[in-house]
Amino acid sequence: MASIAGKKSGLTWAVQISVAFLVLLWLFPTVGLFVSSFRTADQISSSGWWAALFPAEQNEVYRASDPDDTRVADGDIFVVTGNIFDGEPREIRSWGVSSRNVSAYQPGETAEMKDGETVTLEADGSYAWRGNDKQLSGRGQRIFITATVPPEFTTENYETILLSGSGQDNMAKAFFNTLTVTIPATIIPIVVAAFAAYALAWMEFPGRALLIAAVVGFLVVPLQLALIPLLRLHLEIGIGKGYLGVWLAHTAFGMPLAVYLLRNYMVGLPRDIIENAKVDGATDFQIFTKIILPLSFPALASFAIFQFLWTWNDLLVAKVFLIDSTGSTTVMTNQIVELLGTRGGNWEILATAAFVSIAVPLIVFFAMQRYLVRGLLAGSVK
Amino acid sequence: MLTENPAVLGLLTIVIGVGGCLGYFYFSNLILDKLIFPASGPKAGSNINRANMVRPWLFLFPAIFALTLYLAYPVFETLRLSLTDRDQGGAFVGLANYHQMMAEPKFWEAVQNNLLWLIVVPAASTAFGLLVAQLTDRIKWGNLAKSLIFMPMAISFVGASVIFKLIYDTRPADQNQIGVLNAVWLRFDGGIGSVLFLQVLPSLVLLAFAGIVAYVAWIFARGIVAKGEDKSVWLLPLRLFVAVAGLWLIWTSLSSLLGVWTTQLPYGEPQTWLTIPLWNSFLLMVVLIWIQTGFAMVILSAALRGIPEETVEAAIIDGANPFQIFFKIKVPQIMGTIVVVWTTITLTVLKVFDIVFAMTNGQWETQVLANYMYDKLFRANDWGVGSASAIIIMVLVTPILVWNVYNARKEMK
Repeated sequence: MASIAGKKSGLTWAVQISVAFLVLLWLFPTVGLFVSSFRTADQISSSGWWAALFPAEQNEVYRASDPDDTRVADGDIFVVTGNIFDGEPREIRSWGVSSRNVSAYQPGETAEMKDGETVTLEADGSYAWRGNDKQLSGRGQRIFITATVPPEFTTENYETILLSGSGQDNMAKAFFNTLTVTIPATIIPIVVAAFAAYALAWMEFPGRALLIAAVVGFLVVPLQLALIPLLRLHLEIGIGKGYLGVWLAHTAFGMPLAVYLLRNYMVGLPRDIIENAKVDGATDFQIFTKIILPLSFPALASFAIFQFLWTWNDLLVAKVFLIDSTGSTTVMTNQIVELLGTRGGNWEILATAAFVSIAVPLIVFFAMQRYLVRGLLAGSVK
Repeated sequence: MLTENPAVLGLLTIVIGVGGCLGYFYFSNLILDKLIFPASGPKAGSNINRANMVRPWLFLFPAIFALTLYLAYPVFETLRLSLTDRDQGGAFVGLANYHQMMAEPKFWEAVQNNLLWLIVVPAASTAFGLLVAQLTDRIKWGNLAKSLIFMPMAISFVGASVIFKLIYDTRPADQNQIGVLNAVWLRFDGGIGSVLFLQVLPSLVLLAFAGIVAYVAWIFARGIVAKGEDKSVWLLPLRLFVAVAGLWLIWTSLSSLLGVWTTQLPYGEPQTWLTIPLWNSFLLMVVLIWIQTGFAMVILSAALRGIPEETVEAAIIDGANPFQIFFKIKVPQIMGTIVVVWTTITLTVLKVFDIVFAMTNGQWETQVLANYMYDKLFRANDWGVGSASAIIIMVLVTPILVWNVYNARKEMK
């Protein structure tokens, strides 16, 4: 825009940098979750995910071997030698012999305790513990080390969540439940709304304007109002809590937006095509299925994405109309909320579970983004 | 058993559900055309006409049925329930539930928080959305940037809550912090960096917020005095309300500006962010702002594209700088769209319950109306008070409902 006036704005660089900053700011949270889902529990709790690519420092405790069996006389004192690492050597940064100061010494140094008792720890983990008869008895001396651990990534979390986990930790069932809710709850409202939108856009009948106004009004009615009366109704007529109830609820709650979007789109289709078809003797049903539906594909697609995202991500409707006390029909969002309650600190489980639940919407979103944007624009800006 | 497999079971239910719906439309039309009013025989002509009189209602029936049963009927039923008491077998108790609700401090906390949400979230999302829309308009990789910022739209509120819980995570002081916010917080210790980030930056944000509020309030309020504006009686209370709310907001943000410079901050200690009253509400709002900015951006950037280039060119020739072009030429022209975006986000805010439910469940003074209602309905099992609070939400959206219908009817004429 600035180039119109003949000068390339000096602000361009500032603009580039601010956009880059904003994009990073917006991506940062999701990336954090993604990275965390590939780390082990130890790694997550020992360093922030942004440090995942660098070696982490970890505190570990070892014990010298049992002095009563392994001590050797060395002059008038005794000595126990050995190596704290069984198989895997670590890179020792610092070490100590008391839990109050775990990093008092460097490798190779000797720690002196009361009455001449000493411990020497080399960088490779070998130690020499010296002391008199009394000091070198009972249990082995504790040795605290601070070691650097190389970065480690694993898919084990995903295996737990999807395949091997038990009870709450396994999301496979919830995943299928969510699909079972989502697919019909996306298709049914589209079909119903498309027929209704066609009638409102192209058929003449009394009360049409009133119906359109009602649809616009229903756009804003909060679904919170519907919970109690309809739950009571569902229980009375015997649907109870189950898939049928949740489909009906999602269908109805998505209906105003669907009818509104689709009617706006269909009104814009050329009148000639429809009139020609009528002259040729086509019935309304044929016009609808053979002409209007194919032409309305962009609007249908955009509403489909909306409804899919909304039903996939829904928590409230599923909690009220679907999930009964047995919990066998739980959906992923609900399971994650329960995980937040019971395993609030286990980020490897939580992060992976959350990522499993957002993976499908993200794929749909990036694949069909074009239609989503088109639908948003058709509905909101005139 | 084959039917024990969740995948098979799901598939079966899907086929029955979707098949039933498609079957209705196909067979109902078939029956109408072939059986009731067959388009053949002696009365073929009048039969076709009669069939066409019925058909719209055939097409509309499922939609009307769903809308009436799931959206219209509940409004009245909830209103009725809010006036009855479940423990007395559904006896009519008048406004007793409302009295009981208003006597509860938790309700007022929810109302107060909700008002804060209603102001901050739409304002921040719209402002960020407008900013991104304007900035990405000029650069080559603008579309990529837009779709990355738009991405949180696809993430569930629950998923987003987990994401931000990780950000707000707290560990004891002697361990490495794994939450970004605390890791950043521990870097501050009163030096130049902390002054810059904890005092100068918030001050700028507050000033910008006060500025935006003043601008918006002025646009609404000047209609009271300016000539040539639509001076209908309907709009006067709205304008006055916006003006008063605007003044209050400006006063609040300016007084918090003073607070930013006078408070002693607890440097060097990890904070449990979600338990600090007032701040925790803002931290929860961040989640929704993060999600909604993309939505605002998409719509506003389309509106910005729609601005005729001549007006901008004329302003450049007259020597306007980029800021003047943005605030004096572009923003007024897309005011209508900004209002639509603002309204839509306001609706989302009123209905949203998942974020508070998943992150704090209303503890530590973060309660909002939707979650309060859920609490009453399904935890306390108090249908009367629950319905009463649902009615409060309905009352809050009614102005938007009226405005929507009014606009739609105006468009159709």
